[in-house]
Amino acid sequence: MKILVGVKRVVDYAVKVRVQNNTVDLKNIKMSLNPFCEIAIEEAVRLKEQKVADEVVAMTIGPKQATETLRTALAMGADRAIHITTDLRTDYMELQPFAVSQIFQKIVEEENSDLVLLGKQGIDSDCGQTGPMLAGLLGWPQVTFAANIETDGKSMTVERETDSGTETIKISQLPAVVTCDLRLNEPRYATLPNIMKAKKKKVDTRAAEDMGIDLAPRNQVLEVYEPPPRKEGIMVENMDELIDKLKNEAGVIA
Amino acid sequence: MLSRTTRTLISSSTTATSACRRWASTLVVSEPLSKDGTLSAGTQSTVTAASQLGGDSLTLLVEEMPSQIPEGISNVLVYGKGGLSEYVSSAVQVAAEGSPYGHIVAPASKFGSTIVPRIAALLSLSPVTDVIEIVSPDTFVRPIYAGNALAKVQASDTTKLLSVRPTSFDKTPLVDAAGADVQELDVPAFAGSEFVSESTGNADKVDLGSASRIVSGGRALKSGDNFVLLDELATKLGDCAVGASRAAVDAGMAPNDTQVGQTGKVVAPDLYIAVGISGAIQHLSGMRDSKTIVAINTDPDAPIFSVADYGLKADLFEAVPELTGKLKT
Repeated sequence: MKILVGVKRVVDYAVKVRVQNNTVDLKNIKMSLNPFCEIAIEEAVRLKEQKVADEVVAMTIGPKQATETLRTALAMGADRAIHITTDLRTDYMELQPFAVSQIFQKIVEEENSDLVLLGKQGIDSDCGQTGPMLAGLLGWPQVTFAANIETDGKSMTVERETDSGTETIKISQLPAVVTCDLRLNEPRYATLPNIMKAKKKKVDTRAAEDMGIDLAPRNQVLEVYEPPPRKEGIMVENMDELIDKLKNEAGVIA
Repeated sequence: MLSRTTRTLISSSTTATSACRRWASTLVVSEPLSKDGTLSAGTQSTVTAASQLGGDSLTLLVEEMPSQIPEGISNVLVYGKGGLSEYVSSAVQVAAEGSPYGHIVAPASKFGSTIVPRIAALLSLSPVTDVIEIVSPDTFVRPIYAGNALAKVQASDTTKLLSVRPTSFDKTPLVDAAGADVQELDVPAFAGSEFVSESTGNADKVDLGSASRIVSGGRALKSGDNFVLLDELATKLGDCAVGASRAAVDAGMAPNDTQVGQTGKVVAPDLYIAVGISGAIQHLSGMRDSKTIVAINTDPDAPIFSVADYGLKADLFEAVPELTGKLKT
């Protein structure tokens, strides 16, 4: 089974972004591997360790610095990587899921992948669209918000998060697209020997602009602004004061 | 009841002969019905959003006919129960075939987020998801970066495919379904996957997405057993759901579907009480539109206090039982 894992370079989850000049200012901001993509790589590597998968290929779409993201994936255990280069912003401002999923579709068809694992959403654009959109383009089964995956390389049983709990789905025949949620696994830290080994692993580079896909956003971002701030709150001294405020000031309790 | 509705079979190979001009009407995709056949609160809010889009008429697409439908819906398309996301996406494709809708709208829940992008691929559309405000029929606002930035977006596709954040739109009231035009769709089954089982926990618990009050616990609760303190407070408050931070869910203290946050549920109740929650960016993203926010935490520097209307520096193990005890029944 050949697994393709999408990994995205995003603003680090601990960073609070600033809105400036009608956009989000990314200058000198710490960037990291999207947490849900990290979970996807971890799952793929585990399937390889279980000898269910033969090969794990990591893929990213981003600027030249996105190679760092691929090196992390390789250090975690991916076999090789594909870097689709672009200087377009990938946080929804320019490159949007519609173009991203077409790029993935092309690579999946070239690579003959049996399984595509993606994070459930990028924590920058918060779209969560690439997984099901890619599955729709390919006509493949899809499972989103995967919390547990069991597979023998031919069929797959996935437990997924739903709005009211969980459900279990059986994919009778791979290939399929699965997006990964928080509970699926806890990603490993890349060890120093593996980081060194990763430097020798193959990374194929290709320009997004050369793939024959229209990369222009169909949804034009007209304006970016900060949400209106909340009115400043107060600290109360004790529970009696809190109850009094909730009852007589906020009017939210009897 | 049914004698006043018309039932026509539409299959993907025949042209629909509906009387309304579908090019300017809006299709609302309903979430799964509850066990007693009622529409979800998320669907009711989605209808409200749909009514702001300026279409001629509102059509509801639903798995089976519910007992009541939202006010303003003029026709209902029924596609049959039991299908997975691939099947539901095909149902929308069948509905939209021939004469495209001006807008197709779904709730931005896990259900909606799973079908909308697939529908986008099937219909070759670029969706705008998690819309919190409708500025005009082609311009929408959506949050990015965990809601720390808002993007005003103009869609260029002829059919605008959207998912909307239910907490940003009031619920359209439900009315008796008599008088609505009902049509059955013939949707091909999807062979690739099948439903095995589901686990929905306690059906009696108050739904996090629609409760007017929420009490949420963080890792400071120390164990899942201690969440009973929050259950007791919620019961005393009434119409109150119990939520959790990602840290608490991560530590196995609370079920995943109670997680409030950027990658969990977004809530906006009248009252949100954050107990032992530090207030990471991702958590704030999921609850900061709540009308009144209370924070109880031993750390006065915890970021949660930056969004709280009322903050109390206290040990939750004393404060929560005290609050439960002092509240009027």
